[in-house]
Amino acid sequence: MSADATSPSAPIRAQVLADVPPVPGAPKPDPILVADNVTRRFGGLTAVDVEHVEVQRGVITALIGPNGAGKTTFFNVLTGFDQADTGSWTFEGASVAGKPSYKVAQAGMVRTFQLTKALSRLRVLENMRLGATGQRGESVWRALLPFLWRDQEESITERAEQLLSRFKLDHMRDEFAGALSGGQRKLLEMARALMSEPTMVMLDEPMAGVNPALTQSLLGHVKDLRAEGMTVLFVEHDMDMVHDISDWVIVMAQGKIVAEGPPEAVMANPDVIDAYLGAHHDAPVTEAEEQQQLAEIESDIEAELSAPDESPATEPSTGGSS
Amino acid sequence: MVNGVVPRLARGMALLLASVVMALLAAGALGPTAAASGQEESVRGRLEERTADDERHPVAGVRVFVEGQGFVEETQTDENGDWLIPVPQPGSYTVTLDEATLPDDVVLRDPDDNPWSGDVRSGRSQIVRFNLGEGLTRETSTINRVIERTAVGIRFGLLLALAAVGLSLIFGTMGLTNFAHAEQVAIGGLVGYTFAATMGIPLLLAAVLTLLAGCIVGWTQDAGLWKPLRRRGTGIIPMMIITIGLSLFARSVLQAIYGSSPRAFPHRSDVVALGPTRLTVNDYISMAVALVLLVAVAYVLLRTRWGKATRAVSDNPALAAASGINVDMVIRGVWTAGAGLAALGGMLLGLSQQVSAQMGINMLLLMFAAVVLGGLGTAFGAMAGALIVGIFIEVSTIVIPTEIKNVGALAILIVILLLRPQGILGRRERVG
Amino acid sequence: MDWNLLVANAFHAALGLNAIAYAIAAIGLNVHFGYTGLLNFGQAGFLAVGAYGTAISIVHFNVPYLVGALIGVAVAVLLALLLGIPTLRLRADYLAVATIAAAEIVRLVIGSTVYARWTGGSSGFSGAFARTFYNWNPLPAGTYSLGPVRLTADRAWFMLIGWSLVIIIALLVWLLVRSPWGRVLKGIREDEDAVRSLGKNVFARKMQALIIGGVIGAVAGIALVTGEQSVNPQTFNTQLTFFFWTLLLLGGVARVIGPVLGAVLLWLVFSVTETVLRSGASAGWVPDTLVSESQIGLVRVALVGLGLMLLMIFRPQGILGDRRELAFNVR
Ligand SMILES: Nc1ncnc2c1ncn2[C@@H]1O[C@H](COP(=O)(O)OP(=O)(O)O)[C@@H](O)[C@H]1O
Ligand SMILES: [Mg+2]
Repeated sequence: MSADATSPSAPIRAQVLADVPPVPGAPKPDPILVADNVTRRFGGLTAVDVEHVEVQRGVITALIGPNGAGKTTFFNVLTGFDQADTGSWTFEGASVAGKPSYKVAQAGMVRTFQLTKALSRLRVLENMRLGATGQRGESVWRALLPFLWRDQEESITERAEQLLSRFKLDHMRDEFAGALSGGQRKLLEMARALMSEPTMVMLDEPMAGVNPALTQSLLGHVKDLRAEGMTVLFVEHDMDMVHDISDWVIVMAQGKIVAEGPPEAVMANPDVIDAYLGAHHDAPVTEAEEQQQLAEIESDIEAELSAPDESPATEPSTGGSS
Repeated sequence: MVNGVVPRLARGMALLLASVVMALLAAGALGPTAAASGQEESVRGRLEERTADDERHPVAGVRVFVEGQGFVEETQTDENGDWLIPVPQPGSYTVTLDEATLPDDVVLRDPDDNPWSGDVRSGRSQIVRFNLGEGLTRETSTINRVIERTAVGIRFGLLLALAAVGLSLIFGTMGLTNFAHAEQVAIGGLVGYTFAATMGIPLLLAAVLTLLAGCIVGWTQDAGLWKPLRRRGTGIIPMMIITIGLSLFARSVLQAIYGSSPRAFPHRSDVVALGPTRLTVNDYISMAVALVLLVAVAYVLLRTRWGKATRAVSDNPALAAASGINVDMVIRGVWTAGAGLAALGGMLLGLSQQVSAQMGINMLLLMFAAVVLGGLGTAFGAMAGALIVGIFIEVSTIVIPTEIKNVGALAILIVILLLRPQGILGRRERVG
Repeated sequence: MDWNLLVANAFHAALGLNAIAYAIAAIGLNVHFGYTGLLNFGQAGFLAVGAYGTAISIVHFNVPYLVGALIGVAVAVLLALLLGIPTLRLRADYLAVATIAAAEIVRLVIGSTVYARWTGGSSGFSGAFARTFYNWNPLPAGTYSLGPVRLTADRAWFMLIGWSLVIIIALLVWLLVRSPWGRVLKGIREDEDAVRSLGKNVFARKMQALIIGGVIGAVAGIALVTGEQSVNPQTFNTQLTFFFWTLLLLGGVARVIGPVLGAVLLWLVFSVTETVLRSGASAGWVPDTLVSESQIGLVRVALVGLGLMLLMIFRPQGILGDRRELAFNVR
């Protein structure tokens, strides 16, 4: 049940981007998100250094790049989970730079996390209900008077149940979220994000660690979002998947946007192939590599000790890098 | 849950508790009989300075001697100005206040008060009062006061650093806020007292033995409790609560053994009048020992393989483990060394103040302040933080009453959390 | 052994002033830790400001009893704001250190001679400042007995009101935590970022929880003042906070009844050990030195310490908790 088949507007959307030149920072006809000069440094390392980027409304945009390219950090910065060193960005024409993360979410830009944050000690249905915005019972005074929020709670529950059955989680509704499989948690996290009725969803590696049987349905759900008029920006490694569902692809490497364009064009781009092959490093294989990594850690420590970071220590673990 | 973990853990706990209790009982047996009977005679008092506007400020660190019935003993007033000396039997005694150890601007109101002579009746604790007031002429200039307090602050700061390094290292490597670290300091003070005062072992040797005893306590703790808990995947918060339980338990055992009244080391040494400062020879030796050990810790962390591994674990335990570092060994080492240093710190602090089961908990928050100020988990930060806290506390007594000097330090702690939570030398938390 | 004495002591311990105050204080702590995941190690500080705020305003400013109590509560709100603003944006363990430091500051300040004119310094002060409360007592004066248990009218009145208060507070908390508001708290307890990403103002909710739990703590302090008719800074030491933690973990975290059950059980255990030790001493099989006033205190602290460790290791969900909900692996 692919969304493309049912949605008449899909080809039109693809066309909308047909005239956009495939160069980094290309202007889009109807951008929902525009970012300028966004940088984020960790000590000596510049994790994000984006000059200009626009995300088209109502299409699926993929953000790809090798591990450590800065995709998660870029997500964190845009959504207020991390502070940028410089830069400005607007969402639906209004600046959200420097806004706290909950305000960004309230503005309609809702994200998921690379390391799934299903609230495993809440039941599945409670997870879903939590996602709904504008709940009257979330005010501490009204919370004491159930008759003020019970009706709303019922409609929220109804919506939650619809979403759960769409994501095939309805049989788990009364389980603790911790009892779900990894893939189911990803589904739950996505469904929960949808409870807040966002205009744009940002998915950080939604397919990572999901078993292949579930990926197809996840893909279907992402396409459904587009069919419903939502904008999707997602991070993914699997080229086939990116190829399959995205209308536009943005490539990051070493913090910079190195290429942009429709999937076919990007994948043929030699810069992209370079970026992937050039910067890939994996878990250590040989003892020599292990020593090398240890030495790197040590020099990192030294560097960081001599150049303490300036920004305040807020909560750890926003998203997480791979 | 992994099979067999619970029995192993239970065995570990039993081993740990048994050895702690044994060690403490052994120390207690060697130690002076606990003052638990409540039937002992003693002399006591509270030394307070009464200012012109009738405020009372306790005067700490003043020597008081008691003589009589062939018995001689001395003590120092604690931070509340309280002092207490148990005497062996009823009878007449003479109590002398060492006026040289009074702060410069504090004098006896009535010189006839000193010395005091009188009877101590059977089963009674005789109160001896020395009335103190402000000197008529405040000769010491503020700058001299500052220098004098700074010297005291440096001494306290160095010893605090010694005590707090372990707290910081354990936080760094395990992420654990160890409330029971306080008792490691108290154990050091009490065991050191047993060695040096009760058994009469020379001070330096006693210090070495105290360091070793502390190391053993730390090693046993990790082997018997923390490692099994890590194995079991116990979360950090439960572990933190366990350290609280351990702290309460160990403290009450210590107090049951040593009694609740503070004890002072009998070791006296000359005052070295260096400019306006009035530190004693023992103070200088303590400071030198602390300095040497702190430099040694720094050297180990920076230059040796084990030290580098420790820093790698602090930086990122998962990555460190993946790169072949034996994280358990590192943590074991940190517990052993940290507890040893804390114990020695406790003994050295006891030399200049007093020792009691409560001494650790009384300064735990100052250790936290030092560690947070320097940046949680960075050993160098803890050292710098401790020095700053020490000097700050002492210098602040020029303007605020000695009695609430710690309040200033704790307030600073909260302000730092507000302004620069990663501390002076700390780094921002790594994401992911 | 004197069984009547055992029963009477157990009754007074398990249902008396201390159990009431501890239950209330731990309900507040449950709002902090159980439902929101806030590591408050300074609950004693909230009790202290509640108690002293009330006592001082009644004794020195002659305000009516209930106004005094309101002032105590207001000071607790202030303390919560003072504590929360700097620390609630930070990691959980920073709050732990800040709260314990703040509680110590409170204790040191109220116990110092500097403010002794108001606080009575290290020995505190006493007075008939809850006289109004006992004047409201509708029970006829005299002694009531219930089997081996004897109660004065004032004691009975205090227990009646005290337990009603416990029930009301527990009910309010129950209403709160099963509302959408409580759901946000439980989300925060597990992962603030997830809750933030759903557009919830986490800081504001945490602050509300801190204030509510703190105010409940202050009410416990007011109960202590009312029952004891005296205040003493030593009551509010760090150990007191850890007693609350122990009984909360014993009864069951994140259960409305958990802290109430915990308080009753804790005092039952205290009372039974004490009675057994004392009768053992008079029968000669327990050394006398173990039952002096200070030693009984020590035995209590040792029990609490050991209990806290064993609970956390072997049964972190306590008696009523749900292990799945409480695998509190807060980072
Ligand atoms: N909090 C942090 N402190 C230091 N370095 C960080 C932090 N977060 C991310 N990094 C570094 O920034 C770079 C980009 O990371 P990330 O955004 O997670 O990459 P990606 O998501 O593209 O794989 C990596 O080198 C990572 O190690
Ligand atoms: Mg990533």
